[in-house]
Amino acid sequence: MKKVRALIIDDSSVMRKIVERSLRQAGLDLAEVQEASNGAEGLGALKTASVDLILCDINMPVMDGIEFLRQVQTLENGKNVPVVMITTEGSESHVVQALSIGARGYIRKPFTPEQVKQHVIPLVEGKK
Amino acid sequence: MNKANDIPAPQTTPEEWRPLLVLAAQEVFEIMLGAKLESAPATAVATECTAMVGLAGQLCGLLTLRCGSRSAALMASRMLGVEPQQIDEQMWDAIGEIANMIAGNFKNKLTGMSESCMLSVPTVITGSDYNCRSMADTGPLEVTLLFEGAPLAIAVEVHT
Repeated sequence: MKKVRALIIDDSSVMRKIVERSLRQAGLDLAEVQEASNGAEGLGALKTASVDLILCDINMPVMDGIEFLRQVQTLENGKNVPVVMITTEGSESHVVQALSIGARGYIRKPFTPEQVKQHVIPLVEGKK
Repeated sequence: MNKANDIPAPQTTPEEWRPLLVLAAQEVFEIMLGAKLESAPATAVATECTAMVGLAGQLCGLLTLRCGSRSAALMASRMLGVEPQQIDEQMWDAIGEIANMIAGNFKNKLTGMSESCMLSVPTVITGSDYNCRSMADTGPLEVTLLFEGAPLAIAVEVHT
């Protein structure tokens, strides 16, 4: 499997670490992990670096995950990057909304490493 | 999450939610911390950390998680896979996230609430010398559970 550059966006630093650990447990060979605590920081990170995968919370201060998802589609180095939403919000309308504006996956918290693996591995292998 | 135990949101008292609140908390601790929460009789909880998550929409109110600082540090260490001595201010973040996940898991178990109830970002209070006066018009539904032998309390107060 190729080395993966990941961007993890969550207002909880603990959750960012858990997501990173779950990615490693899923078998991803992480070349680089960037962290951001809200959508605006995530967009800022993409101005200086390119990534292969984005995992993004929805409910965050400053800029939430849905707005980030909208804006990342306008970035040259963001529009083709798979974004997986990770959130406590479990409603179907949230899932439909996120998927309709470009999310490639949706993981509900609490989550197991196996769930992360199921959603993320096909994306980085280009099978989804 | 366990959907077999889903029941409709009651119109009268949230006391019917007790088993769902316990289950929601147990699932979060088991999945995210690899820890089992055990039932405990209602008992005094050493409140040094309180995490609060607001509920808005059809279900409107507040969910709180109260515990001692040792328990909060232990939760963070379990979540991060490090020794409790290595935990610093991350414990506030950790119990906020745990409360957030319990609130989300709980409302998703109430039929119809996953769509019509929104969660706030969590807020964490440290210390015990405070009074929390929510606008809820029902008494709190509170459960006491044991985490690694220490009691923690989870409460839901709602506007009807």
